[in-house]
Amino acid sequence: MNFSTDFEKYIARLADSNLIMGQRLSELCSKGPYLEEDIAISNIALDYLGQANMLYELLKKAGNGKYSVDDYVFHRNERNYYNLLLVEQDNGHFGKTMAKIFLYSTYQKILYSQLSKSTNDDIKAIALKSIKEVNYHFKHSRAWVLRLGDGTKESKVKIQESIDELWRFTGEIFESDYVENNLISENIITASNTYYDEWSKIVKDTLLEALLTEPENVVMLTGGKKGLHTEKLGFMLAEMQYLPRTYPNAKW
Amino acid sequence: MPNSIFEDKINKDLKIEPRDEMPDGYRSHLIRQMSQHAHSEIIGMQPEGNWITRAPSLRSKMILLAKVQDEAGHGLYLYSACETLGITRKQMIEELQTGKAKYSSIFNYPTLTWADIGAIGWLVDGAAIVNQVSLQKTSYGPYSRAMIKICKEESFHQRQGYEIICTLAKGTDEQKQMAQDALNRWWWPSIMMFGPHDKDSNRSEKALNWKIKRESNDSLRQSFIDKTVPQAELIGLKVPDDKLIWNEKTNHYDFGDIDWEEFWNVVNGKGLCNKERIEHHKKAHNEGEWVRKAAVAYSEKKLNKKVA
Repeated sequence: MNFSTDFEKYIARLADSNLIMGQRLSELCSKGPYLEEDIAISNIALDYLGQANMLYELLKKAGNGKYSVDDYVFHRNERNYYNLLLVEQDNGHFGKTMAKIFLYSTYQKILYSQLSKSTNDDIKAIALKSIKEVNYHFKHSRAWVLRLGDGTKESKVKIQESIDELWRFTGEIFESDYVENNLISENIITASNTYYDEWSKIVKDTLLEALLTEPENVVMLTGGKKGLHTEKLGFMLAEMQYLPRTYPNAKW
Repeated sequence: MPNSIFEDKINKDLKIEPRDEMPDGYRSHLIRQMSQHAHSEIIGMQPEGNWITRAPSLRSKMILLAKVQDEAGHGLYLYSACETLGITRKQMIEELQTGKAKYSSIFNYPTLTWADIGAIGWLVDGAAIVNQVSLQKTSYGPYSRAMIKICKEESFHQRQGYEIICTLAKGTDEQKQMAQDALNRWWWPSIMMFGPHDKDSNRSEKALNWKIKRESNDSLRQSFIDKTVPQAELIGLKVPDDKLIWNEKTNHYDFGDIDWEEFWNVVNGKGLCNKERIEHHKKAHNEGEWVRKAAVAYSEKKLNKKVA
């Protein structure tokens, strides 16, 4: 399955990142540090899956219904998935999970506030609905970054290591390429590379308040938007897609 | 001798509230039953959570995750209701992990195929609803209110499970087989969920007198079977009981003998997943310890700052 228009390519990136984020977090159900937090993480995972669903519906519409939502989810391979590398990384321990949600939701906050001004009504509606959810993800994960940073010695080490480890996957979030150009000129989206300054300020301020250090001189990794992934994604897709692929004639 | 206020209230079908006087036996029976109920919700998250990452459609993935999240919410609600009796959640979790407290034995069976997710919703939640609807009238106020709230969501779960099974039963040959296989494996454990026969259940009588329990194990089991057999027939599945037959005289189904040896084996730790379920719970709990400590340390620091 190849996406023919820039619009579809762009939407697929957003949809895939949310799907993979939700799929990863849903692995944590029943594994939270306590019950309330278990419920909160499932809640966040559900929001991501819901956002992915709306975006795949939009893809379906853009493709004139040729493919269903589940075709997009279950019948594409690694090289045709366009999510960010950040979201396919392991959950790791609770600190790493929260660091990932924090870095991603800070970006999503900016993204959706931009897309809520889109000239495309569908995108605008999705952004307006999602932004409320993302504000909660941001608040929740930011509060944990603060707590862990200024909690115990152990928690400080763990959250700092998590930020350090995930940092190399943050660069590609702000990469703009040819897919965005026409959409920007039609005021459907704004360029990813314009989000960096605000993101960087929010993250910097939070790390400072959490008594943590911003990683320096990190070599950034990239590829997700072009379908070039880390080795983690293949295993996720194998697990997620196995039933519809094993029984191609079945309906669920 | 005049009745105590407690007995008076029980006789008049009034609710006992946390501050009311109650016999020690009443309190300890409730703690045992309510904490077991809460633990069942929590341990039950595992066999179902087992399929979230492998759900065959995005829609079914979201529904299943939301459902398991509901179970966590029920557990939380029941733990809180149980805390009104003077036990802490920490104590309850310890009792679960040391094996002192039990949870529903049904969750010691593995979920092997996607159809098992349907079977759990349809049969296990279906059985739980029959029990919980009757517990809406239980004499302890917080427990009764918890049941009223929980029943609303459970009936949605039961429909979700039946929908999965219906889709499979109407699907390809392989899907039909999957559905029948799940029914074969989950039927008997589900009807065992109601516990031993009334004549063998020594705690039941007291609980009925105190109106903690409102209906006997056998009568609850019978209404579950009467309700569920037609649902299986409607979608062309066969209940795995050769002695099952409609009895026109009693207006109920007659059914075969329950294998109580298997029931007690699984209760006593010999099920396929007993060890895994508790280990999973301990692992998550232990791995979360540094997080809980950090949260406490952080809030203490913030509090000290305010005081200073």
